[in-house]
Amino acid sequence: MQEMEKAVITVLGQDCVGITAKVCTALAESNINILDISQTIVGGYFNMVMVVDITNMKLQYDEISAKLDALGDEMNLKIKVQHTKIFDAMHRV
Amino acid sequence: MITRNEILETNRMIDDMNLDVRTITMGISLLDCADADIEKFNEKIYNKITTYAKDLVKVGDELAKKYGVPVVNKRISITPIAIAAAGCKTDSYVSIAQTLDRAAKEVGVNFIGGFSALVHKGYTESDRKLIASIPEAMAVTDRVCSSVNIGTSRNGLNMNAVKEMGEVILKTAEFTKDAECIGCAKLVVFCNAVEDNPFMAGAFHGVGEADCAINVGVSGPGVVKKALEEVRGADFETLCETVKRTAFKITRVGQMIAREASERLHVPFGIIDLSLAPTPAVGDSIAEIFQEMGLAEPGAPGTTAALALLNDNVKKGGVMASSYVGGLSGAFIPVSEDHGMIEAAEKGALTLEKLEAMTCVCSVGLDMIAIPGDTPASTISGIIADEAAIGMINNKTTAVRLIPVIGRKEGGHVEFGGLLGHAPIMPVNRYSCADFIARGGRIPAPIHSFKN
Repeated sequence: MQEMEKAVITVLGQDCVGITAKVCTALAESNINILDISQTIVGGYFNMVMVVDITNMKLQYDEISAKLDALGDEMNLKIKVQHTKIFDAMHRV
Repeated sequence: MITRNEILETNRMIDDMNLDVRTITMGISLLDCADADIEKFNEKIYNKITTYAKDLVKVGDELAKKYGVPVVNKRISITPIAIAAAGCKTDSYVSIAQTLDRAAKEVGVNFIGGFSALVHKGYTESDRKLIASIPEAMAVTDRVCSSVNIGTSRNGLNMNAVKEMGEVILKTAEFTKDAECIGCAKLVVFCNAVEDNPFMAGAFHGVGEADCAINVGVSGPGVVKKALEEVRGADFETLCETVKRTAFKITRVGQMIAREASERLHVPFGIIDLSLAPTPAVGDSIAEIFQEMGLAEPGAPGTTAALALLNDNVKKGGVMASSYVGGLSGAFIPVSEDHGMIEAAEKGALTLEKLEAMTCVCSVGLDMIAIPGDTPASTISGIIADEAAIGMINNKTTAVRLIPVIGRKEGGHVEFGGLLGHAPIMPVNRYSCADFIARGGRIPAPIHSFKN
């Protein structure tokens, strides 16, 4: 079986209606499955961290990152997608 | 499973503390390009470089996207030209520098290092031609970096080369005087040069290296500074431990990027160089680390000790994080590239003499320091000799990258722009060493080099 490839998506910015919906739609369109979501709002600031399965993602990295950048610009949010390997490398020996 | 806090910590380092992969440097051997005809040689090196490095920039950019961490520079280091071009029948190597410049521009790298000669024990004819070509080569190219190794702990110092390099630096400044003497910012004089250093201007691909290798330089002075903010006032054990842990985390990112870059480019992984290399940006400064440690300004008493512990613990953390740590690995202390060092130099807190003391314990040497344009060549040679002596006796790499700013005096200013920054022109001791430098010959190898 193919090993699952995962990425972390972080969303940061002023809270408004529909952030989660729009991000999730964009991911679904790209065949990205959400594995875990954690979300907080502190002082009106929306902060969401998602772990997603990108094994069967329809897009290349630069494409998904461009797509989420565009969505971020539209909603005045900072959306970042990163392969989980960077976190494993930094925090796990 | 990675925790939310760990994710946020990594991203704070990247977004707020300037953590980045400073450079992916592809080392390329040019030994198989030898040819008696310089035009054929130029054609061969151009073809080899542009073939090997054609995907370098693309891969660097892809990895930056994949991991969300900036890969700031993509660069190339090559076999020292004085070795690779030794068979060419020609009087000047300037056309080779121009070829390298064209190749660098073709593949989109911002620097190519290796217009170099290794003369720590003596000159070949080719070394002489290369060194004589440096001033013009630095003036007619944009992206070519040059270095000359004039001594080693094993062989002593070639004082003829020390004398000549003082003159070459001055001439290079003269050749580029209409462009803030920028030629000198691309020229380094080394003692104990390393063969796998990915950082410019001193990178070259040593003759003991494979045909091609990927070396990665990671940086992150801002991350170290922020980590130290958390332990303000704590004792030295805590201070050292914090630097070490931070260096470990930074290096692990570099190791991962290096491995993947080497796989994607089908080139063996060489080394990770963990060097705290500042940029002129606020929050990306070695000087700020000193201030966080408790010094009012870099240059204050205690600075050498602070730098020693920083350099040592960066290495300790880095060594644990990667299977192959190499290059220079430690803390760089360039003046013009660090806003805090610039301010300290402007206030008079930081002097050339204190910088010299600091180079006994930093990872390289006197770096990016502007001096008056009327400084005699013999004085520049004297500074090189002092620096090289420190390297030779202490078994470390030392380097000199001085910029005599033609037509300007102490208290003036020079502006290089970009990553090279700007600098005040620092005073140089006015007493002459001309008779000392004029002696010529070699300083023999130190006693502790006899280890066999």
